[in-house]
Amino acid sequence: MGKTFLKPNSLSDNHTHYCPGCKEAAHGRAPAMATGIKRVRPDLNVFTYQGDGDLASIGMSEIIHSANRGEKFTTIFVNNAVYGMTGGQMAPTTMPNQKTTTSPFGRDVKDVGMPIKMANLLAALQTPGYIERTTVLKPKYIVKAKKAIKKAFIYQMEKKCFSFVEVVSTCPTNWGMTPQDSIKWAEDTLLPYYELGVFKDTPKMEEKNAK
Amino acid sequence: MAKVLMKGNEAIGEAAIRAGCLNYFAYPITPQSEVAEYLAKRMPEVGGMFLQGESEVAVGYMLFGASACGERVFTTSSSPGISLMSEAISYIAAAQCPVVFVNIMRGGPGLGGILPSQADYSQSVKGGGHGDYKLLVMAPASVQEAVEMVTEAFVLAEKYRNPVMILGDGLIGQMMEPVEFPEKVAAKPSDKSEWATTGMDTRKSDKRNLVKTLFLDPEELNRHNLMLKEKYKKMEAEEVRYSTYNTDGDYKAVIASYGTMSRVCKTAIDMLKKEGIEVCMIRPQTLFPFPEVAIRKAVEKKSCKLAISIEMNMGQMVEDIQRSVSGIVPVKWYGKCGGEIPTPEETAEAVKKYLNNEE
Amino acid sequence: MQSEVMFAGFGGQGILLSGKILAQTAMDQGFEVAWVPSYGPEMRGGTAYCTVVISDEPIGSPIIKNPAHLVAMNRPSLEKFAGIVKPKGVILINASLIPIRSGRDDIDELIVQTTEIASEIGNIRAANIVALASFIARSRIVDFDIFRECVKKEFSKKPKLIPLNMKAVDKGKLAANFDV
Repeated sequence: MGKTFLKPNSLSDNHTHYCPGCKEAAHGRAPAMATGIKRVRPDLNVFTYQGDGDLASIGMSEIIHSANRGEKFTTIFVNNAVYGMTGGQMAPTTMPNQKTTTSPFGRDVKDVGMPIKMANLLAALQTPGYIERTTVLKPKYIVKAKKAIKKAFIYQMEKKCFSFVEVVSTCPTNWGMTPQDSIKWAEDTLLPYYELGVFKDTPKMEEKNAK
Repeated sequence: MAKVLMKGNEAIGEAAIRAGCLNYFAYPITPQSEVAEYLAKRMPEVGGMFLQGESEVAVGYMLFGASACGERVFTTSSSPGISLMSEAISYIAAAQCPVVFVNIMRGGPGLGGILPSQADYSQSVKGGGHGDYKLLVMAPASVQEAVEMVTEAFVLAEKYRNPVMILGDGLIGQMMEPVEFPEKVAAKPSDKSEWATTGMDTRKSDKRNLVKTLFLDPEELNRHNLMLKEKYKKMEAEEVRYSTYNTDGDYKAVIASYGTMSRVCKTAIDMLKKEGIEVCMIRPQTLFPFPEVAIRKAVEKKSCKLAISIEMNMGQMVEDIQRSVSGIVPVKWYGKCGGEIPTPEETAEAVKKYLNNEE
Repeated sequence: MQSEVMFAGFGGQGILLSGKILAQTAMDQGFEVAWVPSYGPEMRGGTAYCTVVISDEPIGSPIIKNPAHLVAMNRPSLEKFAGIVKPKGVILINASLIPIRSGRDDIDELIVQTTEIASEIGNIRAANIVALASFIARSRIVDFDIFRECVKKEFSKKPKLIPLNMKAVDKGKLAANFDV
């Protein structure tokens, strides 16, 4: 029987905990570390893989400044509206009234504000070139997400721009739901707020204008 | 090469370039901003890289990233900035990356002041960041020595795969003195292919290098930390550096002092000598590893009644001296901690007072 | 032998530069030198001062309680530092801004109208070079010809300013002699 799926060559057998690459930065600091790598070795392909607590809370400064400098690496931002790694605390992306371990009565937006839309926020900056929000809730979305991530890496390899792909996903464990319910909840609650789509694609715009 | 008159901060920047370090990340802070200002102009001239990070927190990780892929890299900052970098310093030490840090100290705690101080002795020597780690800490006493130590710092950082801290008080950065730079690249780069994440296409082997600091398995973390400990022990055995002053005669006290303060002590010792009072000095050039043996031997002399730590802080080195003399003589402290540097006259007077109390 | 000179005045009077040129001259002459600035908050607009230590041996303490000489460019500096100068030292008083005297009879007081002289030669900003030249001519702390070369070197990136500063050097020297 032929193989139907092979692990990509880029994935090694190294055991890593939350960072799938070859370096671990502290909570939120991955874009600064990626900047360090990219500035001294622009030929290397560099990406950061960050969650919503990491990127939108403690690492807000690092991501904004890296994006604004147009560092030519790729950020994959996984948004599941909760701190997953540490056990389900409230994240800056937690939805209004959503219950978490640190918002047991639901997120009170009068007290802590509305969830942060990172893709929208970064798109307000002039420098970053490619920003898209995708999701992996269903196969039709996964195909689009894959395309977006591929495009982000191509832009990096062409040394074009900073690229940012937000991936709206679920966290059944910390949401206290079955996987099926969590997909439904995400579609009903997250997607209307975190609208999918391309927020910015400067390389494509420039290509169009050139034509 | 001919001598040039240069400010310590600028000389430190130039020394790093001469040592073959062409990557510099920094965030401005008084009293060392001249390093960034100097290198902002100088790095492009030599094909180097300078990036002003958005914060010292970010700069710490820029250094970590750059070093993890095998490039020589350094930064300069001052006390509050080093506090912000301390998180990254802990990671860098754990991941064994050879980054060189320069701390041109100012008075603390808090915002403190911007005048010379040595208040970050403990921060550098005992930790500062979290976890079990050590920095190799060097304390220059002149602009020339700062240049030499910067050069050596890159060699030592790579030899031990460990961050090195150059700890200078504000005056070392601000003072102008004649300096002579080494003609050529003075610190040969080491082979980093065994550990650095340089990219698979640049390496001959298929082995993947991984730079990490997370060891969730307690046995693995234990092994890792013991390996670090071995490294620190090796530093203690091989890298202690110090100089001595007036140790020949029958001195009554041993002064331990470093940086600018040690030069004031030198003049104070000369003044006391004229009055017939013999005092000697051990000047640690490395604060970790600490010249324990030298200090112990110095106080073992029969005539010696006393050891005095003279520093521009509240006496942070006293514990290390106490450890070194292990009760043979009492250990005192003299210094100022507000940014003012004691004069030789004041220092000599303080030493005399202690000696009179002993008799 | 070691000697120390303290330069003091308002920020913007070229105090630190004067000290630097003296340090450079001494170094070129083969002495050990240290230039020690005050870089406190007073640097901006208030009093600025620096000390230059010159020695034929490696310099111990760069921190000096009693300098051998003082170049005082404004009144607060003279008031603050006149008392700490060692006996027999030179105290240069910038008479353009300082109506008082040092009150000491154990030092060599050198009174120079630096602003007026600088203005005569075309630019009041050269007042610090006038003062420095005067001081060096009187104290003979370094060789005057090496000093002249150092001033040229200092302004080598702005060659237009060299003739003006050479005039300042000559007039300053003259002022030192007149005052004797």
